Amino acid sequence: MTPGTNTMNNNDTILKVEHLSMRFGGLMAIDDFSFEARRGNITALIGPNGAGKTTVFNCITGFYKPTMGMITLKQRDGDHYLLERLRDFEITKIAKVSRTFQNIRLFSGLTVLENLLVAQHNALMKASGYTILGLLGMPAYTKASAAAIDKAKYWLDKANLTERADDPAGDLPYGGQRRLEIARAMCTGPELLCLDEPAAGLNPRESAALNTLLHSIRDDGASILLIEHDMSVVMEISDHVVVLEYGQKISDGTPDHVKNDPKVIAAYLGVEDDEVEQIEEQLDEGRI
Amino acid sequence: MAQSSDNNSLMAQAAKEALVAAAVSFGLFILYVGIETYQDINNALVWRTRWGLLAVFVVIAAVSRFLVVGFIKPHLDKRKRDKAKAGIPEVSDGKNFFQRNFLKIALIGLLIYPPLSVMLAGTQGSLKYVDNFGIQILIYVMLAWGLNIVVGLAGLLDLGYVAFYAVGAYSYALLSQQFGLSFWVLLPLSGILAAFWGVILGFPVLRLRGDYLAIVTLAFGEIIRLVLINWTAVTKGTFGISGIPKASFFGIWSFDVGAANNFTKAWGLSMSSAYYKIFLFYLILALCMLTAYVTIKLRRMPIGRAWEALREDEIACRSLGINTVTTKLTAFAIGAMIGGFAGAFFATRQGFVSPESFVFLESAVILAIVVLGGMGSLTGIAIAAIVMVGGTELLREMEFLKHVFGPDFTPELYRMLLFGLAMIVVMVFKPRGFVGSREPTAFLKERKAVAGSFTKEGHG
Ligand SMILES: Nc1ncnc2c1ncn2[C@@H]1O[C@H](COP(=O)(O)OP(=O)(O)O)[C@@H](O)[C@H]1O
Ligand SMILES: [Mg+2]
Repeated sequence: MTPGTNTMNNNDTILKVEHLSMRFGGLMAIDDFSFEARRGNITALIGPNGAGKTTVFNCITGFYKPTMGMITLKQRDGDHYLLERLRDFEITKIAKVSRTFQNIRLFSGLTVLENLLVAQHNALMKASGYTILGLLGMPAYTKASAAAIDKAKYWLDKANLTERADDPAGDLPYGGQRRLEIARAMCTGPELLCLDEPAAGLNPRESAALNTLLHSIRDDGASILLIEHDMSVVMEISDHVVVLEYGQKISDGTPDHVKNDPKVIAAYLGVEDDEVEQIEEQLDEGRI
Repeated sequence: MAQSSDNNSLMAQAAKEALVAAAVSFGLFILYVGIETYQDINNALVWRTRWGLLAVFVVIAAVSRFLVVGFIKPHLDKRKRDKAKAGIPEVSDGKNFFQRNFLKIALIGLLIYPPLSVMLAGTQGSLKYVDNFGIQILIYVMLAWGLNIVVGLAGLLDLGYVAFYAVGAYSYALLSQQFGLSFWVLLPLSGILAAFWGVILGFPVLRLRGDYLAIVTLAFGEIIRLVLINWTAVTKGTFGISGIPKASFFGIWSFDVGAANNFTKAWGLSMSSAYYKIFLFYLILALCMLTAYVTIKLRRMPIGRAWEALREDEIACRSLGINTVTTKLTAFAIGAMIGGFAGAFFATRQGFVSPESFVFLESAVILAIVVLGGMGSLTGIAIAAIVMVGGTELLREMEFLKHVFGPDFTPELYRMLLFGLAMIVVMVFKPRGFVGSREPTAFLKERKAVAGSFTKEGHG
C-alpha cells in the first residue's frame, strides 16, 4: 500500500493539515508538513524527541499561530473550520477539538469531579443564562447541572476514577492523572481528541488501562490524534501512523507500512533512544 | 536515659545559640540603641548612652533565641513528625458542636452585638464598640471578601483594589450632592460605576500576567488617587468633599437632626448619634452578608468554577474552551462592584471623603487580610479582618502603655510593625493562611476539604 491511497478519500476526513510550517527565530520546527486524519480512526503522530510533534499539536489547537499552512477541520454535520484562524479556546468551543498536554495540566486543587465539571463550562454557562438565571435557581439550570454530573460520572467510570471522584486531582497517582486529563478533555464533547504522549511514564498496568480508555473513546464516536514516543503502544492501537523527523514527514501509512519503511527503521524503529543517535552518527559518516 | 542526654545537649545547643544571638544583637544595636544623639539648647549635637535599653534588647534577643531553639522548634518538629506518622490531612473531621455551627453562632453574635454594647456601655458608650470596632471591621471584611473574588478565587493579583473603593465613595459623594439622589439609589449605582471602571481597566490589563498585572493595577490605583487630588474643580482636591448626606432608613425615617421624620423623634428616643451608627452597623452587616451570599453562590456556578480553574491553570482552561479574558473580566468587575458598594457605604458613614483615605496602604492592608485569612476562604478572611483591624483599634485603646513608655508613646504608630510581625508569624506557622483548605463546590459521595498543599495561588 502506498502512503497516499487511503488519504485520497476525502469523505470521512476529519482533519486536514496542509503545508504547515512553524518557525521559531532561526529554527524551522515544522517544515511544509501535510497529513490527514480520518474520522473514527486513531491516528498516531510519531517521531524522535524534538521532531516537532508537540509543535504540530500546538498549531492545531491554536496555542501557536503557524507561520504558514492551512488546518481544516470537518465536523460530522459537514461544517468546515479553518483552525489557524480561530483562537485557542474557540477551537475547543466551536470546532470541537480538545487536547491534553505532554506535561499534565490538571486543576490540582479542584476535586476530580470539579475538573470534569469545569470542562463542561460552555454548556453550563449557556444553561445558567450566563450565570443570571442560575443565580435565580431556574429549573433549566438545575437540570443542566444534574446532566453535567451524569456526564462526569460516565467518564469517571470509563477512566476508572469513580472511587476518587471527591479527592483533589493533585492527589491522584500519575496514571490516574493521565486518565483524568483525557476524561476531562472528553467532557468538552469533542469530535477530535488530541493526546500528547498519553502513555509516557506509565507502568504496564496503567498503560493497559489507558488503551482500554482510548478504545472506548473511539467506539464512542470521537476520532483520536495521538502523539507517541513508545512504538509498541502505537503499533497496537493506531489505525494510521504519520512519522515526523526534524519537522518533516518521513513516512505515512498503516502501522505495518510504517514499521517496514527503511527510512523509519533508520531513524527510529527497533532501536533504543541512545542507539538512535549512534545510528544517526553512523549514517552521517556513511557507514550504513 | 537517652532522652535526658538528648535534652541536655539540646539545652546546651540552645544556650550556645542564645549567646551568639546576644552577641549579634549587641553588635547590631550598640550604635542604634546604646548611643543616642540629640541637640542641646545651643543646637549643638551631643550624645548620651542608653546602656539599660541596650541591655533590654540584647536580653530579649538571647532569651527569644533560647526559647525558639530549646522549646518551640523541637515542639513543632515533634508535631510535624506525629502528623506525618498518623498521615492525618490538615483538616480533621472530628468537629464539635461549636465548630459545626460556627457560622450560625457568629451571625447571631453579630446581630445582638449592638444592643449588647448599648446595654453594657450605655447609649453614648456603645458608639466606640459599634462604630470603631463593629463598622470598621465589617467594612474591611466586605472589602477583603470583594478582593477575595479577584485574588483568592481567580488568582489575579490586584494591588490597586482601593481604586474601586474610591470610585464608589466619590460616586456617592458627588452624585448625592449634585443631584440630591438618596443613598438607596446611589448604592447600586456606585457599585455599577465601580464595576464599569473595573471592566475599563481590566480590558487592556488582563492580558498581562503575574508581576506585570500587579504593577499595572498598582499604577491604576495611584492614577485614580492622583486624579482625585488634581481634578479640583470636581473633587475639591485634597480638601475632600464634606457634608455628604446620611443614609436614611429606606426613606421612612431620616437620621438628619432637623428632619421632620427624624428617627429618634419618631421613636421618642433621646438625641444621640448612636442610633445612626447602630443602623449603619446593620447596614454594613447586610452588605457583608450579600457579598458572602453572592460569593458562595457564584463559586458553585460555572463562572465561579472557571475562576478557580483559572487560578489553578490558565492554559488548561483555554484548552477546555473557556474564554479566559471574559472570565477574568467578570471576576474583576464583580470584585470592583463590591468595592464600590463598600465605598458608597464608607462615604455615607464618614460624611466626608478625601483622597487620603484611598492610598496604596489601604490596598496593601486589604490584600494582607485576604492572604492571612487563607485565599478563597470567607471564614478565614473574616477572622483575619477581626484580628488585623480590631487589633489596630485595640492599640488605640491601650492608654496604659503611655505609663510604661512615657507620654510621647502613641501605640497606633506601631500598628504597621505589628501588622508585619503578625504576617510573618502566620506565614511561618500557617503558610496558607488561617483557613488553608478549600471546600469543593460539588461532590459525589462526601464533601472532603481540599488541603492547601494542592491548591495554587495563580500566576498573577
Ligand atoms: N515556543 C518555542 N520557542 C522556540 N522553540 C520551540 C518552541 N516550541 C518548540 N520549539 C522547538 O521546536 C522543536 C520541536 O519541539 P517539540 O514540538 O516540542 O518536539 P517533540 O514534541 O516532537 O518532542 C524543538 O527543537 C524545540 O526546541
Ligand atoms: Mg513533545
